[in-house]
Amino acid sequence: ALKIYLTGLENSKVKSKLYLYFHFTVKKSEIECLIRIFHNVVGRGDMKLVNVGPDRNTFRVILHSVCGMTDDVLMNRVFFAFDKDNDNYINVKEWVKRLSVFLRGTFEEKMKFCFEVYYFNGDGYISRERIYDMLKNSLHQQSPGEETDEGIRELVDIAVKKMDYDNDGKISFADFEKAVKEDRLLLEVFGPSSLKIDFTISFLNSSFEQLCFANM
Amino acid sequence: MGVALTRSAQWTAAGHGAKTLEVTPLNEAIVKEIILFVESFIYKYPQEANYVFVEPLEWKTNLDPSAFGSGYAVSGTTVKSEEVDKNGEPLLYLSVPQIKIRSFGQLSRMLYFAKNMKLKEAQACIEANENPVAKILGFDYNIINEKNGNSFVSSILDKITKDDGPEIEIKMKIALQLKQLDLHLLNHSLKHISLEIRLNPGTVKNDIELLKRFSGKGEQTVLESIEYTSDYEFSNGCRAPPWRQIKGEICYLLVKPHDAEILCVTCSKEGVFLNGGKTDDEGQINYERKGEIYKDLVTLLKEKSAIFSENMSKQEVKFSEQPQKDQPNEAPKEEVAITHKASIASRKSSQEKNRINLGRSQLTKRLEPSLNWRTSVSSKDRNTLRDTQAEKHGGKLEKSRSSLSPGRAQLIRKSIEKIEEIISDSSSESEEDEEQPDHRQETNADLPSEYWQIQKLVKYLKGGNQTATVIALCSMKDFNLAQETCQLAIRDVGGLEVLINLLETDEVKCKIGSLKILKEISHNPQIRRNIVDLGGLPVMVNILDSPHKSLKCLAAETIANVAKFRRARQVVRHHGGITKLVALLDCGKHSAEPAQSSLYETRDVEVARCGALALWSCSKSYANKEAIRKAGGIPLLARLLKTSHENMLIPVVGTLQECASEENYRAAIKAERIIENLVKNLNSENEQLQEHCAMAIYQCAEDEETRDLVRLHGGLKPLASLLNNTDNKERLAAVTGAIWKCSISKENVTKFREYKAIETLVGLLTDQPEEVLVNVVGALGECCQEHENRVVIRKCGGIQPLVNLLVGINQALLVNVTKAVGACAVEPESMMIIDRLDGVRLLWSLLKNPHPDVKASAAWALCPCIQNAKDAGEMVRSFVGGLELVVNLLKSDNKEVLASVCAVITNIAKDQENLAVITDHGVVPLLSKLANTNNDKLRRHLAETISRCCMWGRNRVAFGEHKAVAPLVRYLKSNDTNVHRATAQALYQLSEDADNCITMHENGAVKLLLDMVGSPDEELQEAAAGCISNIRRLALAIEKARYS
Repeated sequence: ALKIYLTGLENSKVKSKLYLYFHFTVKKSEIECLIRIFHNVVGRGDMKLVNVGPDRNTFRVILHSVCGMTDDVLMNRVFFAFDKDNDNYINVKEWVKRLSVFLRGTFEEKMKFCFEVYYFNGDGYISRERIYDMLKNSLHQQSPGEETDEGIRELVDIAVKKMDYDNDGKISFADFEKAVKEDRLLLEVFGPSSLKIDFTISFLNSSFEQLCFANM
Repeated sequence: MGVALTRSAQWTAAGHGAKTLEVTPLNEAIVKEIILFVESFIYKYPQEANYVFVEPLEWKTNLDPSAFGSGYAVSGTTVKSEEVDKNGEPLLYLSVPQIKIRSFGQLSRMLYFAKNMKLKEAQACIEANENPVAKILGFDYNIINEKNGNSFVSSILDKITKDDGPEIEIKMKIALQLKQLDLHLLNHSLKHISLEIRLNPGTVKNDIELLKRFSGKGEQTVLESIEYTSDYEFSNGCRAPPWRQIKGEICYLLVKPHDAEILCVTCSKEGVFLNGGKTDDEGQINYERKGEIYKDLVTLLKEKSAIFSENMSKQEVKFSEQPQKDQPNEAPKEEVAITHKASIASRKSSQEKNRINLGRSQLTKRLEPSLNWRTSVSSKDRNTLRDTQAEKHGGKLEKSRSSLSPGRAQLIRKSIEKIEEIISDSSSESEEDEEQPDHRQETNADLPSEYWQIQKLVKYLKGGNQTATVIALCSMKDFNLAQETCQLAIRDVGGLEVLINLLETDEVKCKIGSLKILKEISHNPQIRRNIVDLGGLPVMVNILDSPHKSLKCLAAETIANVAKFRRARQVVRHHGGITKLVALLDCGKHSAEPAQSSLYETRDVEVARCGALALWSCSKSYANKEAIRKAGGIPLLARLLKTSHENMLIPVVGTLQECASEENYRAAIKAERIIENLVKNLNSENEQLQEHCAMAIYQCAEDEETRDLVRLHGGLKPLASLLNNTDNKERLAAVTGAIWKCSISKENVTKFREYKAIETLVGLLTDQPEEVLVNVVGALGECCQEHENRVVIRKCGGIQPLVNLLVGINQALLVNVTKAVGACAVEPESMMIIDRLDGVRLLWSLLKNPHPDVKASAAWALCPCIQNAKDAGEMVRSFVGGLELVVNLLKSDNKEVLASVCAVITNIAKDQENLAVITDHGVVPLLSKLANTNNDKLRRHLAETISRCCMWGRNRVAFGEHKAVAPLVRYLKSNDTNVHRATAQALYQLSEDADNCITMHENGAVKLLLDMVGSPDEELQEAAAGCISNIRRLALAIEKARYS
């Protein structure tokens, strides 16, 4: 099955166009591999989507099965962050572009991506309400009837206090950038947005190598 | 008198009947003073002595009526004095057992009759008459006295003007006298109190526990055994039976020193003394005091056992040395107190430092309105809180270490690292026990706001998922974790457990966050212990294997902080941490960093640096040094040493310096060509780095080859130039130490002279801490071996400060000072100065020093002094008891002391008169007793002394009688020509006596001497030949007698 995709791709013009979007450190062969992975993972979903790419549900399945993400809100947001043209599908271009950020992207790029995921399609700020949405499942139910709600609100307060440098009650990109630069742990402060970067990378790296070898 | 009696005399608290005075040295002293006053009263103030008391002093006496002599009417059981008052009443009236006395005259007479019962009578009198002043002068005087001491005199004057009359005047005089006595007594008792150190069961127990640890068989222990007589301990910590506890006694001990019989010792609140020992029949203790009272157990034992004091002094050096090393100087500057330094002063200064740092870290922190006002508000309280804590620590440490010398002597640690480990352990352990309770017991009201905030965050750590955990961790990091309040708050709300648990999860981010916090709070010694107790170290050691470099770094840095005490270092080792840490050092070699780096990654160099940091902390334990070496750490350290990053160099050199105490390491350091790089880094800008390099050189330069290497790589010049900066005392100590060791080689000394280092060293002889002085003087002592340098030292006025240092107490310093002074004395001109400064007397008095090293060194120094002094014989005689002291030192069992004392005696004996004196002190039998020795140094000096001592009276014969001759003959079989020469000379002298010749002949001396005649050494030739001729002449005479 793999071969079919490969042959299909090699002839397409898309490939050469794609290079333009990639992060400069991503090598040609790596792109090819990424494309192969794309088709590989897509292949796990619905075969019909081969040419267009996964829609939201398929993508969520991928996020769940490959990256172990569970949070609905975040998965949706990651999807929207991938789907730059808002056509509800992730095409090869979007896929490769995003993943190249994870693989070889600079810190700033990753930071931008995370911020995008968090602020969603808002006004460029992460507001308290959004944070609340993102954190609402972050506390284990200690005992029934305990005010987890209040606990989460306090947690939100703590987070805002930590990151809101200009004291406007919401987090701008500048706030976010400053906080993350000070402490890199804050990059995924509101949940694993960048596909649980480290684990994902190791996953990708391994499939990467496998595919590269397969290609040779 | 009244005030003194009520305030400072120690009354027993007995509730019933009359109060009694406790039997204490203080009371005894007070009563004695009073007796003295009363006795002299009759002579000093004869008029006032006749004054009749308002009320008689009355008490139950033990005096027998028959004791009273003339001037008294004795009838059966009553005695009346012939002296009567105006009304005809006798001034002394005794009706067994009651006695009434109404004048000072009678009082002092009574004391006269009491003879050796004075003390009891006076005490009974004071006990029975609660308010003697009121009885003597009338009640109104006493009231004034008690109420207002200051206006006493003026009110007396008032009274004088009011009612005139001769009797009142006398009364006033007496009142003034009594007042004076009172003041005198108060002063006196104050002196006593300040001398007196009250012991309590706790301190006694600590002392005993400590001594127990160092007791046992073997040479290095201080005692053979130390045992309580009773296993039962009362709830108040005492072991004495209750009826003895009333007397203030705490417990009884059976102590067996190496060199004395079992001592039975009583520890009481007043001090420690020998009691009557166990009585054989019932195993009961004879509680009677049999000796002087010492201030504590150690002092008593030092007095009773020479070996104890010797070994104890060795331990003390280690005691004071280890803690100091426990404190690497990089990060932990912010660390809150509990540096182990013994003096409060240094503690205070480090506190200051902390506070400054604290302020700085607050400033550099980004402004954060909501948090910041809290910190600023509570920072004041916190400081005061910390101060009181520091004082607590200070007090405690001061107490528990009061018996240890505060000197931080930089002695070279040879051998017995094991004991050192035990010591470091025991000291830190006891500290832990002491400290923990008082922090946990804080009441809620006093808790700072941080406490509650931190508690909330810990709640999220416990109950949150990864996201919440990370937020909480990041937020926690914003607290000032260098502050003890925050550190303890994290612990007290159970944060440590959670943080350590997080390390065991798979979440990299959580691990990083947790380690970042642990790294900060582990600057606190209590937290360190808690982390170890909670099993944090094995987890961290495992993290060292992680593929994430930043995790490795953080784990290594945290280990570096935690492994500041022995138990922690042991845990690191037992879990294979050392090998892993050494492996971290290996990262440094990939100079080309891979282009791709994961999000949280750091550079390889950083990993190596953290590894070195952790190894530095760990390398303070002997076993860890070995482990580092076995794991192949030395070549890696050597390679890292070639980098130019200061951050890297400091821990690397620090580790090397720590390890260089081991012979193995010094060899490896030489082999790995590390010296070159150490020398290079001496030129660094960083003071700390310079310090550690100098320290490492100091350790390594024990070896001659190393000393040459230092010179060849140009290390002497930077060392010499570093001498000019005296502000950083630690560095100065390290640099002077390096110079000392380097100057053992002659070539190096020449270089130092070129660099004018000797002048600078002389300048450092004043106003420096002891650890610097030890090294400076040591270096000067080495330099003094050369004539030119001695001249330099004299010319720049170095002799006076050197002689001044002879009065110190630091053993290491004294050894060096005596050596230096001795070396200077070789120069007659310098000798004049030394003599003028009374240096010889000071040296002589050092012969009484308990440490054998000091004794020997002082004795060696005395030799050139006696040789070069102008009127040496007279000078020596002027030291009262000096000759006897020297002769008695021949009873020592230290070979070095014996050899040096022999050398001194050789010089003393050059003066006939002195030779006569030492002969009277029995020098001959003592020398003869020493004759059976294998030590060539001792043999040589002994033989010289014997040949010198033969010059007086019948000493030759006496040596023969004390069987010194036969062993001397055996000396000729030694391999040392110096021994041969001295022995031949001694035999020559001895051979003047016929019996000695026979002994020599019987022991085969002739053949040995014949060989010596062929020696190239002329003196030896001559002495051997002379001796043979004496023997031969005797043989001829015998033959002649036989045939004639």
